[in-house]
Amino acid sequence: MPLTSADFAAIWLTLQLASLTTVILLIVGTPIALWLAHTRSRFRGPIGAIVALPLVLPPTVIGFYLLLAMGPHGYVGQFTQFLGLGTLTFSFAGLVIGSVIYSMPFVVQPLQNAFTAIGPRPLEVAATLRANRWDTFFTVILPLARPGFITAAILGFAHTVGEFGVVLMIGGNIPEKTRVVSVQIYDHVEALEYAQAHWLAGAMVVFSFLVLLALYSSRKSQTGWS
Amino acid sequence: MSSINLRLQHGYPGFALDLDLQLPGKGVTALYGHSGSGKTTCLRCIAGLERASKAYVQINDEVWQDSHNDLFVPVHKRALGYIFQEASLFPHLSVRANLEFGLRRIALKERRVDMAHATQLLGISHLLERAPKNLSGGERQRVGIARALLTSPRLLLMDEPLAALDSQRKREIMPYLERLHAELDIPVLYVSHSQDEVARLADHIVLLSEGKVLASGPIGETLARLDLPLARGDDAGVVVEGQVTDYNLHYQLLTLQLPGSSQHLRVAHASMAVGQTLRVKVQARDISLSLSSGEHSSILNSLHVTVVGETAADNQAHVLVRLDAGGTALLARITRYSRDQLGLYVGQSLWAQIKSVAVLA
Repeated sequence: MPLTSADFAAIWLTLQLASLTTVILLIVGTPIALWLAHTRSRFRGPIGAIVALPLVLPPTVIGFYLLLAMGPHGYVGQFTQFLGLGTLTFSFAGLVIGSVIYSMPFVVQPLQNAFTAIGPRPLEVAATLRANRWDTFFTVILPLARPGFITAAILGFAHTVGEFGVVLMIGGNIPEKTRVVSVQIYDHVEALEYAQAHWLAGAMVVFSFLVLLALYSSRKSQTGWS
Repeated sequence: MSSINLRLQHGYPGFALDLDLQLPGKGVTALYGHSGSGKTTCLRCIAGLERASKAYVQINDEVWQDSHNDLFVPVHKRALGYIFQEASLFPHLSVRANLEFGLRRIALKERRVDMAHATQLLGISHLLERAPKNLSGGERQRVGIARALLTSPRLLLMDEPLAALDSQRKREIMPYLERLHAELDIPVLYVSHSQDEVARLADHIVLLSEGKVLASGPIGETLARLDLPLARGDDAGVVVEGQVTDYNLHYQLLTLQLPGSSQHLRVAHASMAVGQTLRVKVQARDISLSLSSGEHSSILNSLHVTVVGETAADNQAHVLVRLDAGGTALLARITRYSRDQLGLYVGQSLWAQIKSVAVLA
């Protein structure tokens, strides 16, 4: 057996982390993307820039600030301690929060593009046909933006799987709690277990290729507005 | 008497809408003006798609907006039908599902238009299972209109529904709009910059220019007003709705009695029953004035008229003369030379010889 039980634990943890992060991001990212796509507020630029920050910042920078914020002396840390939850650093919950921030632009931007492409007209039409906002969201926006949601989910999931720097900064390397595949590979290499590293790294390459293949093959089935 | 009351003040850089209108609560009211005159903005404010900074919008006995009392009924709670310039059908839904989109959201007891009626009225019964992308532009717009009707609106707002169509498609849709007008008891606000559409459909016209109302009144009277830019153009003319009093089968000629007058117009047309009404347009340039009745002539219609006033046309060579044909206003566009030759004065009795009459509906 080329993969050890520690490897499988890391894969399982990674899948859990990526799935949960993707679900949270779709829920949190949708209203942000809707707002960015339709607002005429002057805060549109700054908010858009903040959402896009993780695209350009080194993951260590994000991790560093999160470590400070969630640590025992940070605002978030003090709040979670006040709630009796302890601190979020070096925990799975902390990793989820870090991943949500880290992968945010990969979910918000495809959604925002999809909502912008739909434009305001279908929403106006729905309103004149007596649909309220929630109704319009589920019966018009969601079906019309479906390709955008698929892209956003795939990118959010894949990008979280590929996370390394943020995890190392705020999660450390605790088996079955914070040790994800990328960290496990790092460990193998540190321990000069190149064969082990090969198996995991190769699996990541295949996985990433398949994800992107699925993404680019689904692009042709976009619906247009008539 | 039911009516529509509108007071709207709305502006953005470079444009201000400021109007105060009382409109009839039934029939078709045209909002007419050049692009940029505020027609569409006005319609969007009435619908609530745009929130006018100061507004009072009352449709018959319902108030939709009253900024004094902080009342703003959201769009989806206003019983209106809105027809956009492009049909804007939902591409992910079939024609049937598009039609049902609005219908499903109307309580059963509120429904006054059913699927069979709407699809038959717009001639789209055979298209129900199609996808919007497989429809022609005209068919799409008809589906859009039926979709709006199925919400049983108390007011139909139409924003240049024909503007995006070529002239053949326009001709294809026009009869359906006329049927709407004839068969349904829903007041319509119809935005247009086409005199032809307005002449065919409207009962009442509001003339807009740069966000202000230049004139608002019944179509026949307003088109004949000399003080409005409408009268000065080459396309000036009046709309007359006459009642059929006779049909000559041999010559295929209808005789129409002019409203409020004992005079008649004869029109080449297919047979119609006595008592029905027919709308015709008489162009100002198709009327010539004469001191005699001109009985020995190929001209079909010669009306006894009185001169009411005159104004300059859009060029130096012509003048516009307003005439009264026993209660029906007419406009004649004649040369200044002819005016002087006739010695035209207000109160003068003349004969108006009408070279042609265009049947509108």
